[in-house]
Amino acid sequence: MQSNQSTELLFELSHAGRRCHRLPACDVPVGDAKTLLPAEELSDAPPLPEVAESDLIRHFVNLSKRNMSIDTNFYPLGSCTMKYNPKRHERLAALPGMANIHPLQTDASSQGMLYMLWEMQNILAEIAGLDAVSLQPAAGAQGELTALLVAAAYFRDRKEPRKRVLIPDSAHGTNPASASIAGFEAVAIKSDARGLVDMDDLKAKLDDNTAAFMITNPNTLGLFDHQIADITKLVHAQGALVYLDGANMNAILGVTRPGDFGVDMMHYNVHKTFTGPHGAGGPGSGPIAVRTHLAPFLPAPQVAKHGDQFHLDYDRPKSIGRVRSFFGNVGILLRGYCYIRTLGPAGLREVTDNAVLNANYLLARLKGAFEVPHGDRCMHEFVASAWGLKREKQISAMDIAKRLLDFGYHAPTVYFPLVVREAMMIEPTETESKETLDAFADTMMKIRDEDADFLHHAPHTLSISRPDEIKAAKEPILRWTP
Amino acid sequence: MPAFYRYPLPNGRGSDFLDVASPRRGFSLSYILNTHADQEAMLHTIGARSVEDLFKNIPDGLRLKRPLRVPPALTEIELQQHIGELCKRNQSADDAVCFLGGGSYDHFIPAVVDVVAARSEYYTAYTPYQAEASQGSLQAFFEYQTLIAQLTGMEVANASLYEGGSAVAESVLMALAIHPDRSRVLVAESVHPEYRRTLGTYLANLPVQIVTLSTPEGFLDPDELRKSVNDNTLCVIVQHPNFFGALEEVEAIGKLCHEKGGLFVVSFDPISLGLLKRPGQYGADIAVAEGQCLGNPMVYGGPYLGIMACRQEFVRKMPGRLVGQTVDRNGKRCWVLTLQTREQHIRREKATSNICTNQGLFALRAAAYLAALGPNGLRETAELCLRKAHYLSGLLKVIPGISLRFDRPFFKEFTVQVPGDVSAWLERLLKAGYHAGLELGRWYPSLHDCITIAVTEKRTRQELDGLASAFHAEIKGM
Repeated sequence: MQSNQSTELLFELSHAGRRCHRLPACDVPVGDAKTLLPAEELSDAPPLPEVAESDLIRHFVNLSKRNMSIDTNFYPLGSCTMKYNPKRHERLAALPGMANIHPLQTDASSQGMLYMLWEMQNILAEIAGLDAVSLQPAAGAQGELTALLVAAAYFRDRKEPRKRVLIPDSAHGTNPASASIAGFEAVAIKSDARGLVDMDDLKAKLDDNTAAFMITNPNTLGLFDHQIADITKLVHAQGALVYLDGANMNAILGVTRPGDFGVDMMHYNVHKTFTGPHGAGGPGSGPIAVRTHLAPFLPAPQVAKHGDQFHLDYDRPKSIGRVRSFFGNVGILLRGYCYIRTLGPAGLREVTDNAVLNANYLLARLKGAFEVPHGDRCMHEFVASAWGLKREKQISAMDIAKRLLDFGYHAPTVYFPLVVREAMMIEPTETESKETLDAFADTMMKIRDEDADFLHHAPHTLSISRPDEIKAAKEPILRWTP
Repeated sequence: MPAFYRYPLPNGRGSDFLDVASPRRGFSLSYILNTHADQEAMLHTIGARSVEDLFKNIPDGLRLKRPLRVPPALTEIELQQHIGELCKRNQSADDAVCFLGGGSYDHFIPAVVDVVAARSEYYTAYTPYQAEASQGSLQAFFEYQTLIAQLTGMEVANASLYEGGSAVAESVLMALAIHPDRSRVLVAESVHPEYRRTLGTYLANLPVQIVTLSTPEGFLDPDELRKSVNDNTLCVIVQHPNFFGALEEVEAIGKLCHEKGGLFVVSFDPISLGLLKRPGQYGADIAVAEGQCLGNPMVYGGPYLGIMACRQEFVRKMPGRLVGQTVDRNGKRCWVLTLQTREQHIRREKATSNICTNQGLFALRAAAYLAALGPNGLRETAELCLRKAHYLSGLLKVIPGISLRFDRPFFKEFTVQVPGDVSAWLERLLKAGYHAGLELGRWYPSLHDCITIAVTEKRTRQELDGLASAFHAEIKGM
């Protein structure tokens, strides 16, 4: 079905005199703006578009049809945990008793909200195997920054100014970026041939100037680094902290806990593991969990309980401060709470079992046709490589990614992690069926045998194909102009 | 123990959950499609004997040997009852009339905004890495960038940051990337105290000094700034209208800042731009804002929307996603994520910011909101806020014992001084049905007797008269 009204911009639809939202007449006997404010403060209204309600709805509804999404397509975007987003969460988060609560209203008038948040603090501490939680960070990257600021404050408090943070070369780019803002020098640690932390390189670079070692475990290759106990021992022997990037928590819920394998601090991605949703690029929510000795440095406020009453505790003299205004991304935390409450302990474990089963099944189906450089088992995701195909037939990971779109599949994450050439990072999640995984594997196999030139021009059936990204960056057009 | 608790509360962290959980163990509610037969077939293909086999890389000594101590599973009916009971323990803006502001406001949200954001083609997608599969989000974000540029009079806007406080901090990181040789950050005390705290936290380990400029008269006196601004000034940060509700002397401040070569950073109220001069008209270099007011619910502080706009010349130092227009291989107009070499996934430790996931869905909501209002709707909304706030301030200031704290022009918020204990005032006013205002003493000890009151276009004359009567009754009862 075609719509001819999906590609004009709002500004091109604008028609002077049209209106969607109308305001009531002013019901107070006060003069207008000119009588209330000095003339030099005032301006004419900004030149926004003028559209009617039906224009607006048709525009955004038609635009929405030009997206792939979890609700319409298999979306195996590695590292992003694109699992199904339960609809009950949307209904519950929109209840006025949750949605219409002002962040600065009194504790006494927010007891239901504070109860939920207090529960989330406890639940996330338990799943982490750690002692204290801050729900404040707005996304995973902000969680990383917050935890590293906590680490800096901890060492400052101990009068041990440590300046380096060690980060495996397979890590998300946010890790080194967060380390820089927190005032640390980011030092890369090599991966070994198995895709795990190169222990010799770690030993060579670890010293008493190291504040923290940041590890993603399972890592971005989908491998659980079984050396983790040795790693944490080594890091602790130097008095440094172990940080876990929790992007891959979907692989270990109830199986093992970061605190149990020696981690001192970590962040969650609630929009991933606890099915946020992802919102076309956020909002996320990135709570952090830490051990007791780091708890005094967490951002303020924390939810505290006194008798059966909850309150916001701002009395935290050693706190780093805050990384944003107000409490946190409460709307996402509430959805995460609903998810955990729906699953319970057994359900959370089932999530991980099936996420890992689905990933291993897809790996088993694909490994004959594509190289998987780091072994034939994985956790919740794996990284295949198109390097062989590229050399043999000039078919790249990008070609495969683009061609998958023709078949109605979102592409895997490509060209990440950087340690694998022509990487395709595939994370099916637990909310997909065997039939979907089989059909996807069949399609991958089919694409592999297609003509290279045909693939270079894929996708062939979508409304656009292969946008010119170089032109976009060289001559940036970042807004519409008349 | 109130009846709404559906399961025993733990004594301390996480205890006692397990027994309650056990009745439901093995009863799958976890959105999983694999049947037992599917699992067997999949394991056979994998060549594994059991699911447990798949975890053998995790050393036994590190394994959790008991179920997680999290609360028991609930069905949808039970969950809805549970959340419903929590809601009853909250007094929402529907239960008591909301005059609270300070960056989060009870503005009206047109139904179209909720309808657009409820399209799951948007909210169940992620960052538009594959442009062909994400033209909907990409075009909507390009429209958002354009709408913010139109709103602010700035040349370019990004596709969102987290919220208003970290947006201020990001603006300083950006200023540092533009002027790495400068280190003094001047910030007016009238900027939101939580934004200033965020700024201090972000910059704690970087080579800059933050100098807070006092605002005893409720605004930054340009003479005060003149004393502090110098050739080492990286940027000057003001909020306009400021945390007390008052307008700042933005043109004079911008001029003083630019005379010393510093960058002028303004945190603005998007709704106020229906009436007030736009940051681009008074010389801002970087304009940031809390975008909650643009069609986003208050939901106890987040998720909200960090707005950032700047001059074109600084765009390569800007944090966050940017959507650009280009053409596809057939010459068709389309949109992509662009200038990504600024970003963490390419630049790693040299990136201008660590931001990755931003607030896409809330940028979409803001775009739908601004399109729904249009220029006239925004102007009328701003004018209603302004007039109703002035009506209320007029009623309050004639009550004996109550006065306006500052003699400054204001937009939709204003600060009153009251006799006696402010928290007791606010508690009693809440009993009378009003979230009456913010207790300024929380952040400004010298303003311990002050309340800042916010008035949106939703407030009716009856509600304004009601609040004034409640104040009056309190004074009489003293």
